[in-house]
Amino acid sequence: MPKSGPSSVEFSAVTKRYGTVTAVDAVSFTIEPGTLVTLLGPSGCGKTTTLRLIAGLEIASEGTISIGGRDVTRLSAADRSVSMVFQSYALFPHMSVLDNVAYGPTVSGRRKADARAMAHEKLDLLGLKGFEGRMPSELSGGQQQRVAVARALVLEPEVLLFDEPLSNLDAKLRRRVREDIRELQQRLNLTVGYVTHDQQEALAVSDRIIVMSNARIAQSGPPRELYEAPANPFVADFIGDANLLDAELLSVEGARAQVRFGPVVLDLPHRGAGTGGIKLSIRPEAFLLSATRPNRPCIAGTIAKAAYLGAHMEYSVTTEGGELFVVDRDVMRPIAVGSTVWIDLADHGVTVVPV
Amino acid sequence: MPCSSAGAARFARRLAERNRTGGARAIKRNVAICLAAGWLGYAVLPWYGVGRDGILALAWLATYPDAASAPALVQALAHGRAWLLPIGLALALPLATLTLPREHPAFGRLLVAGGALGLIFAAIAGFGIINSGPRWGWVAAMFGDARQPGFGVGAVITVGALVMLFANGIAARGNFRGDAFIAGSLTVIVALIAMFVAFPVAGVLLSAVQDADGNFTIQRFVERILADNVWGLGCIAGGTSCGVAWNTIFLGILAAVFSTALGLAFALIATRTTFRWKKGLRVLTILPIITPPFVISLALIILFGRTGIVTGWLGVLFDIPRSRWLYGLPGVLIAQVLSFTPVAFMVLIGVVEGISPSLEEASQTLGAKAAKTFRTVTWPLMRPGIASALLLGFVESLADFGNPLVLGGNYEVLSTQIYFAIVGAAYDPGRAAMLAVVLLFFTLGAFWVQNRWLGETSYVTVTGKGDAGLTAALPRGVRWLCYATALPWAVFTLTIYGIILVGGFVHDMGRGDMTFTWRHYLTAFQVEQTGHGLFFSGSAWQSFFTTIQVSAIAAPLTAAIGLLTAWLLARQRFAGRRAFEFATMMSFAIPGTVIGVAYIVAFNVPPIEITGTGMILVICFVFRNMPVGTRAGLAALAQIDKSLDEASLTLGGRSATTLFRVVLPLLRPAIVATLVFSFVHAMTAVSAIIFLVSARYNMATAYIGSRVEAGEYALAIAYSSVLIVVMLLSILLIQFAVGQRKLGRRAPAVSLGTA
Repeated sequence: MPKSGPSSVEFSAVTKRYGTVTAVDAVSFTIEPGTLVTLLGPSGCGKTTTLRLIAGLEIASEGTISIGGRDVTRLSAADRSVSMVFQSYALFPHMSVLDNVAYGPTVSGRRKADARAMAHEKLDLLGLKGFEGRMPSELSGGQQQRVAVARALVLEPEVLLFDEPLSNLDAKLRRRVREDIRELQQRLNLTVGYVTHDQQEALAVSDRIIVMSNARIAQSGPPRELYEAPANPFVADFIGDANLLDAELLSVEGARAQVRFGPVVLDLPHRGAGTGGIKLSIRPEAFLLSATRPNRPCIAGTIAKAAYLGAHMEYSVTTEGGELFVVDRDVMRPIAVGSTVWIDLADHGVTVVPV
Repeated sequence: MPCSSAGAARFARRLAERNRTGGARAIKRNVAICLAAGWLGYAVLPWYGVGRDGILALAWLATYPDAASAPALVQALAHGRAWLLPIGLALALPLATLTLPREHPAFGRLLVAGGALGLIFAAIAGFGIINSGPRWGWVAAMFGDARQPGFGVGAVITVGALVMLFANGIAARGNFRGDAFIAGSLTVIVALIAMFVAFPVAGVLLSAVQDADGNFTIQRFVERILADNVWGLGCIAGGTSCGVAWNTIFLGILAAVFSTALGLAFALIATRTTFRWKKGLRVLTILPIITPPFVISLALIILFGRTGIVTGWLGVLFDIPRSRWLYGLPGVLIAQVLSFTPVAFMVLIGVVEGISPSLEEASQTLGAKAAKTFRTVTWPLMRPGIASALLLGFVESLADFGNPLVLGGNYEVLSTQIYFAIVGAAYDPGRAAMLAVVLLFFTLGAFWVQNRWLGETSYVTVTGKGDAGLTAALPRGVRWLCYATALPWAVFTLTIYGIILVGGFVHDMGRGDMTFTWRHYLTAFQVEQTGHGLFFSGSAWQSFFTTIQVSAIAAPLTAAIGLLTAWLLARQRFAGRRAFEFATMMSFAIPGTVIGVAYIVAFNVPPIEITGTGMILVICFVFRNMPVGTRAGLAALAQIDKSLDEASLTLGGRSATTLFRVVLPLLRPAIVATLVFSFVHAMTAVSAIIFLVSARYNMATAYIGSRVEAGEYALAIAYSSVLIVVMLLSILLIQFAVGQRKLGRRAPAVSLGTA
């Protein structure tokens, strides 16, 4: 496909302050050309502000932002080749679908016929042929979003941004739209910045994820790295569920360490932790429950709560080491509340977390 | 992506390239245009006003460039007006930017310096020397006994260009995200408010502490303001009458209390009873908007005056002697309560409707009876609304001019006293200014109280959540109380308006002569067919056409400035936003009489010498009604998702494009509201413009006022009825012309908020 080729986005030590509040605090990262990078975090962590800084809707207080190697820090949104798909879609309610999509080329001084041709092309690309004459209010939520994407793509921007694109869709539709966005991004080789607070969504669509917390980057990396090797307790807890538990690091040998958790001794990568008290992140599915006592050292506990969720069971288990949140695939033989269980650990989903 | 997009992609790339440099080009182009305009105004067009025929008559071309019609450059070099020279020097500074790239630091600095210096020099040149000679000693020392007329078209264009150069300069220096449109609109609005609100009001405050020769005399001010006829309490001690300040406050309190009580009764009937004609009550709300001043007073005189209809009946039936009881506090109070009750109703119906039914239902499920629920839940929730209706009534009564003028008799209030101090036999602008200061402080005090009182408590019961449930019915006692107060008053109001309707068509209603006649309409609105076409010989035509013209010019300007201000306030972040908002709301709080006095004090001398013109009327209306446009715009913008603006920005639409293509089409309801209000208000306002009308530019209300003074009541009523019809028609016309916004069936995207 002939195209200018995607551009990179580079933040170096970018800070955004509103009065005394720091919304983004000395953040640096790079979005490689043609990749989809997600900004993930709880509300108020600065992820949306970061996205708006890329778009030029906010101007950085400090630091530099470059797009495609060019410094755009001081350029306003209208002067950057960046488009955005808004959470509310922000379709102009007084314009037809075609006029909405043709808006970008029209206000940039294109002739009307050319602007419409460009709009038609993008509408076809998103499977919206036949909807050109409708008003946005006459479309379903999913269709409105595709119009918003077509409108954002029409000027073939160097960078495309999505602000929580799935939050106004119902649960069934989310998975499909999420796949569509990823497919479109890969097919057109777009550089995409994507904001969400849903970690599953982030894991599913991203090349890289930037987890933000309190205006700073908590960790960034490919989805698998974030899930399997969280850099700190916040990331461990935010990406997937995790039990953060106290453990003791007994000895280090090469890259690995002996870690004692209750009566169990595990052999794990030490990830820079020294001997002494450490934190262990244990995924809920990494606990293996058995109703009978195995002949290995294992943790004893009592089922405090049990919930049936169709595909799996969720238990709260009271142990000496504290309350554990456990997911068990075995829905055929649920364990009654009050029963004593013995807990073993799987060989995945257990990580030493640097504190 | 299909291959056909190759061309489009290449184009989009070029477009993106162009977009990046677009901001810079826009500013460079603006600067070039501003410089061209500035030099055109400074070196080509007549600097001073060229007589009453105006610039378009082109009569000035015959003698151009003599001392009257020369541009500033020639005035300075050939006609000895050297004080105009520095403006040219300041205007020369930004010429250097034409060779500089926009990014160069000197680019913005030169523009800011040139613009600011030019404005300062223009202000000194304009204010320093008036038609009677230099205003300040040091100016006289430099230029001797120099004189000059008021600014003309050249000066206006040059000053405008200097303002825009300054604005482009601050935008080029990176303020307002480098957006010249925002910087420009903000600077222009601030400059206009400074010129037409702050400057005249400051002038009034100053002239209150000056004597006739312009010397500051606090002593004279203190003497005046403490005078017995202002603060005297003779009415309590008995014998004499009270001071005008006490009278005003007393009348204000009474009018506020009565109109609020009646408004509340109407509001409760309209929302909480099954009263049959309660829909009709809502029509009440439109009445005060389209009622010209004086007519309610006139109708009262026709009913209760010495020769009034009711007075006559009472004399015949009960042998009650005829008297002049109406003239004074009772008459003014009745007229004001008739005028303000619909306003109180409008405020209170919103409050009463806003009380969530579930709160009352909660009270009832907890075992409270209807009366107890009303006393412990409904009433406390209505209190803030009642407070604001009271304050509104008070402020309206202070500002009211028409009713006290007609019915006041010996009961003196501030607004009429200000008027008589200017137009009466005892011409005393110092006293007028002092009274205006007192009135201004009363009004601002009331607003301050309202802010303090209502600003801190929140009684929000309208939430975003759906709120089903039935409103509680009124307890029987409250219901009958409401009926007993409101219904007779409604009948009374209908009678008053009936008289207005009929009064123009009968010989002399005031004296009981009820035979039908077209006489009054013919006197006012006769049109004769002559050899040269139609001749509008009726006595009202001149003021009627002026009124329509002034209102039609003022309305779109008011809407434009008001809504632009709203957009800046709602969508842009800049330092001093709060101060800016306060300044724009300021002119609304100032009573009309104060503005009237302020305008004649400020604009009777150069540099802005516009008293007696139609322009001063337009300007007065624009800046008095602009806050309404701003409020309507702010309310409407709060409903429009900000991401629509942002979407336009990210698609390459600059702020001006966004405003015109996205925001304005969605603001249509606010545009209609502002146009209607400012048009109608320009037709019914009297307090400010009664000072500003002239023989050539008379307004309908001022003309009606003069007919009332002359005792020609029927003529005044006939003219007022015509105004009411014209206003109703124009409201329909504006609705039709601007139209509704087109959003399709529903508009989810408009109201969705961003998280």
